[in-house]
Amino acid sequence: MERRDVVIIGGGPAGLSAGRRFSELGIAATVLEREQQAGGIPRHCGHLGFGWQSHRRIWTGPRFAQQLRADSEKLDLRTGHTVLGIDGDILRVQNAQGIHDMSAGRILLATGTRESPRAPRFVGGARPRGVMTTGALQANVYLQNFKPFERPVIIGSELVAFSAILTCRHFGIRPVAMIEAQDSISAPRTGDLVARLLYGVPVWTKTKLVAIEGRAQVEAVEIEREGRHERVACDGVIFTGQWVPEAALLVNRPKVTLAGNVHGALKTSGACWREGRAIAEKMAGELA
Amino acid sequence: MQRSFDIAVIGGGVVGLAILRRFAMAGLSAVLLERGADILSGASKGNSALLHTGFDAPTGSLELACMQAGHAEYLEIRDRLNLPLVRSSALVVAWSEEEQAKLDGIVAKAHANGVADVRPVARDELRLLEPELAPAARAAVLVPGEHIIDAWSAPLAYAHQALAHGAVILRHAEVTGGDFANGAWTLASKAGPVTARVVVNAAGNFGDLVEAIARASPFTITPRRGQFVVFDKQASRLVDAIILPVPTERTKGVVLFRTAFGNLAIGPTAEDVPEREVAATDIATLEKLKARALEMVPALQGIGVNAIYAGLRPATEHKDYVIEALPDRGWITVGGIRSTGLTASLGIARHVAGLYASNFGALPEAPQPVWTPVPNLTEGRPRPYMDGGEIVCHCEWVTRAEIERALEGPLPAGDLGGLKRRTRAMMGRCQGFNCSAHVEAMFREKTYGTA
Repeated sequence: MERRDVVIIGGGPAGLSAGRRFSELGIAATVLEREQQAGGIPRHCGHLGFGWQSHRRIWTGPRFAQQLRADSEKLDLRTGHTVLGIDGDILRVQNAQGIHDMSAGRILLATGTRESPRAPRFVGGARPRGVMTTGALQANVYLQNFKPFERPVIIGSELVAFSAILTCRHFGIRPVAMIEAQDSISAPRTGDLVARLLYGVPVWTKTKLVAIEGRAQVEAVEIEREGRHERVACDGVIFTGQWVPEAALLVNRPKVTLAGNVHGALKTSGACWREGRAIAEKMAGELA
Repeated sequence: MQRSFDIAVIGGGVVGLAILRRFAMAGLSAVLLERGADILSGASKGNSALLHTGFDAPTGSLELACMQAGHAEYLEIRDRLNLPLVRSSALVVAWSEEEQAKLDGIVAKAHANGVADVRPVARDELRLLEPELAPAARAAVLVPGEHIIDAWSAPLAYAHQALAHGAVILRHAEVTGGDFANGAWTLASKAGPVTARVVVNAAGNFGDLVEAIARASPFTITPRRGQFVVFDKQASRLVDAIILPVPTERTKGVVLFRTAFGNLAIGPTAEDVPEREVAATDIATLEKLKARALEMVPALQGIGVNAIYAGLRPATEHKDYVIEALPDRGWITVGGIRSTGLTASLGIARHVAGLYASNFGALPEAPQPVWTPVPNLTEGRPRPYMDGGEIVCHCEWVTRAEIERALEGPLPAGDLGGLKRRTRAMMGRCQGFNCSAHVEAMFREKTYGTA
């Protein structure tokens, strides 16, 4: 069985920066990435705002992801490798050829995070087309060049909701409103103003999404505002934020170190990059 | 395309497909007309995927006979069709003194129904069998023959076997009327006219409307909605058996069950609704279901919800199925097949073939059966990713080759729902956050020739 000093699961900003730091420090590290291309979430964030903390540049997400891959050229980076499970120091890995086991002196989990989709939010109604998370919207728009709707509502007001607005604008999609259940929006204070003034998207706080209507495509949503129910015509619903760590591999409570958005509060890709690097240095010190 | 058949089956749910399979395998020319973009778009879309013994069905009923025949045939053919079976057993759990008082009656009825291995389970044994059940569980009845299956692979396999025997399946083919003249039906459908000597009405939630083509319907469908909540995979370790409640007059009640895909689910509710087509969920009911699951298994606390869904089952004013032949009208009615339809479908098909033989002529000599195994989607049997390949849906470990295969062949997925049911892509914990844009582009490219 193949054995490596360090196996990093996940080739996004945290995993790749950790991998690079390990190899700079002369430690045999392998990054396993389940997608066919490394880079993580920034790959489908087509707007600007990436790279400052790591490279002192301001890039789009795909450009940033490209740079991360270029930085990883000397690294043992294996794409199309899915870790199915962890048992002690043994990883069960799937790739194009089949399933094999490998062992690791240390395991670093950098599997990132994802937005809560509709189901765990218990939004009622029918199940038409046009309901998705920001992540899926971005992949549709930036990777597939596909416009899933024209006039969606945006659910939630964390920073990523503004990313959803940017993604919509990039493709000529005009959101009907941003809907937030809390008294005020979750993003920094000026967000409300930004959404309204800059993007012309009204922000409805203290508003709850109750149900989605539509047979084929979304036709409307039912919302509750100050005790009153209203029907708002739209053709899509974007669920934003409510981040959930991609922690399925932690089910057996294996002994692993975490880096990036798989733990803690949501961080920017730059912060994940720095954290990956810092954790690699700490682990390298322990290995020495 | 061929337009004239011995048999036309209206409705591409599990019941219609099992009937189509039975007639096609018997050597008759058979066509099935489905109103949806894909098969399994109606009542068969959202159920609990359990293979029942009939231990609690009305004694002496046609429903019971069909369930038991269907259960037996499923076990007999499943290996050749590559269909899963999780031998979970079921426990009817009493949570109150009042419910406990009913357990003896449940055992007696099971024995009267010929399910001889059903037996009572006292509190201590129940604790051993299901240690995670809340202490309020007082006693139970064990039903060893109740199993977990996959509600979509089975009817898909029946469809493919029917196709291999020359049957035709028309989708987007809502039947809008029909004329019976000179011993044959001409059905008007959205896919054009179809003629057949005998029509089988297996139209599920639209059964009474379709029945009106032949006669004043002897039954009225009141769709009964059932909502479900599906927990993430780690929940499935908490419960082994299917946990059934003590039933009431009206419904079998809310069931806690593992799925063949390794999740744990609770449902269905039983709500009479006027809507025949769109099965909607509502927040209050979902919250109640989740709360009930946590009450039954406290360790579920903190485990995520992967999916919510609802189904509509065709309930009628009658206690039993309505299955009868109209010898002078070239018509066989198969109505009011409720939640037991998945289990009973193969048995119903046998019964319908018998009605055909005694009313419309002997069935021809059956040709050698062709077996059409379907791709396995459950962890209990080998899955494609185990042999390698590119995983596209990372939550359910679905490969690119599986998705491509589901979009090809004699019965490609007709819509995204059909693709999900054939592959499980996008049905896991992330619900498409990672893969939906990619999978949907594959669907558009294969289906419309443009991504």
